[in-house]
Amino acid sequence: MSGFFDIPSDLQHSWAGLIGLHIREALLPVAAGLLLALPLAQVCGRFRWLYPPVLGVTTVLYAIPSLAFFVVLIDYTGQTELTVMIPLALYSLVVLVPAIVDGVRSVPDETLAAATAMGFGPVRRYLQVQLPIAAPAIIAGLRVATASSISLVSVGALIGNQGALGNLLAAAQKYDRPELAVNSVLTMAALAVLCDALLVLLRVWLTPWMPRGGSRRKPATRREELTPEGAVR
Amino acid sequence: MIRIDSVTKRYPDGTVAVDRLSLEIPDRSITVLVGPSGCGKTTTLRMINRMVEPTEGTILLDGEDIQRQPVTTLRRSMGYVIQNAGLFQHRTIVDNIATVPRMLGWGKQRARERAVELMERVGLDTSLAKRYPYQLSGGQQQRVGVARALAADPPVLLMDEPFSAVDPVVRKGLQEELLRIQGELGKTIVFVTHDIDEAVTLGTMVAVLREGGRLAQYAPPAELLSTPADGFVEDFLGADRGIRRLSFFPAAPLELSTDAVVPADAPAERIAAVGSPYLLVTGPDGRPLGWAERDRLTDGTVDTGRLLPYGRPFVPGADSLRVALDCAVLSPTGWAVAVDADGRVTGVVSQRTIGEAIRAAHSAGRAEDEKVAG
Repeated sequence: MSGFFDIPSDLQHSWAGLIGLHIREALLPVAAGLLLALPLAQVCGRFRWLYPPVLGVTTVLYAIPSLAFFVVLIDYTGQTELTVMIPLALYSLVVLVPAIVDGVRSVPDETLAAATAMGFGPVRRYLQVQLPIAAPAIIAGLRVATASSISLVSVGALIGNQGALGNLLAAAQKYDRPELAVNSVLTMAALAVLCDALLVLLRVWLTPWMPRGGSRRKPATRREELTPEGAVR
Repeated sequence: MIRIDSVTKRYPDGTVAVDRLSLEIPDRSITVLVGPSGCGKTTTLRMINRMVEPTEGTILLDGEDIQRQPVTTLRRSMGYVIQNAGLFQHRTIVDNIATVPRMLGWGKQRARERAVELMERVGLDTSLAKRYPYQLSGGQQQRVGVARALAADPPVLLMDEPFSAVDPVVRKGLQEELLRIQGELGKTIVFVTHDIDEAVTLGTMVAVLREGGRLAQYAPPAELLSTPADGFVEDFLGADRGIRRLSFFPAAPLELSTDAVVPADAPAERIAAVGSPYLLVTGPDGRPLGWAERDRLTDGTVDTGRLLPYGRPFVPGADSLRVALDCAVLSPTGWAVAVDADGRVTGVVSQRTIGEAIRAAHSAGRAEDEKVAG
């Protein structure tokens, strides 16, 4: 009865079901974070004085423990997935906002001047020049945010059954089945590696214009800079 | 014609970048704005396509105030070339060049065909069409920049230090290419540089600006070199402006001497008849082999194994007096060798003869100036 993939029935999911749930709970917040970060970064790019305070706010948000978020949110959103995903989305901003701002700022002045001189309006210039050139930096940010989000979903176990694969950790304790904890950790790690690989593929596909082999120009090694202290908790 | 009419650019902090500047930029010619950094030359250029708006004054394009048409329309009617090219690194070469035509609503196919045509025009191998900017050298990128500016066939071309970031050899090639393209297309080009040599080489008219954005002198390059308006312009032109001015006088009127030119197999009597101490020895094809000293010939004939190098020859029909003088200065004998387009010797000329030709050209130039002044 106590097989590696035998999930206790109170979790209400098969192993595959938990994986699906985990992916949803981890990736939707990153997507929402990206949608939020893009206009935020655009505003920070235009009004430079806004960038330090915005960055400060995202850092403070990141410093708030998820448990504290849950206590506040549970009154409004109950013991649902949403209660887990809202903090995760806010956490992703600490990586995504600077990634986008720095990416957009890395567009050379000559390129911007040339675009303006050719009659690009501000919107067209942002969409057709700045964002595409910032793509590698944005994807580097997405990689960090995604990996971090995949591990953070587990804390959902604190508010009942909302931790997806993280619930296995609680179950391992409750039923004294350590193999469930091993399963949980290994599966999450595999998911993180897989998602990261997909994002790398996405970048390669989106940026045929980047020099291959060695990061001569653009930030393939941005992850270290962007990873905040203690990304996993 | 572009008419800049007492234009001033003052920034909120009080800095004056351009101070009551007035210029008439003639059609179908290259007008160069030159001056030290901080003289407002780039600001002036950017006011023409309204990337910078003047504080006072107006700019007229063909008689109409440039404020009176939508800014994007104005910009799309003016090609713009910038230092380091400013290419879109995320687009292929052909798509970079096709940018403005695409914005003007051309079909994809037509815009790409036009782009390929322009690659040929600026001397780029069309096999580079599908490459990305990072795969090109600096000089090639700059050519792409020029092609991109020409893509929609704008009547006006604005060039902001386009060749400053490439090495001197590549720069010279790009300058020659620009003059060739200009000969074919006849655009109205406004060209900004801090390099007075580049200004003199390219400009039909040269505007020298001084710090604070004031016009020091506006004149054709030859006049600039011969009669600088004041000490500032004179300093800016540098110490050798007299030599550089010789670029504007052709070497064609030089009187060539053929007396001292002898074939390698010339008999002793022919050599004995030469009046000068040096003989220029030519090969059977008429090309120069080198100089021989008459007094040191062993048996009165030439030993081609013991010749002095003849240095660099000049082509009287194509080169200037500056080149001829340079050849004479470099020559071990002080005589310059003149050749035709095929490299065959047409004669030799001494430094003294070149000096006389320079004096004659100067006095002819002065007479011309007085006629204009009167």
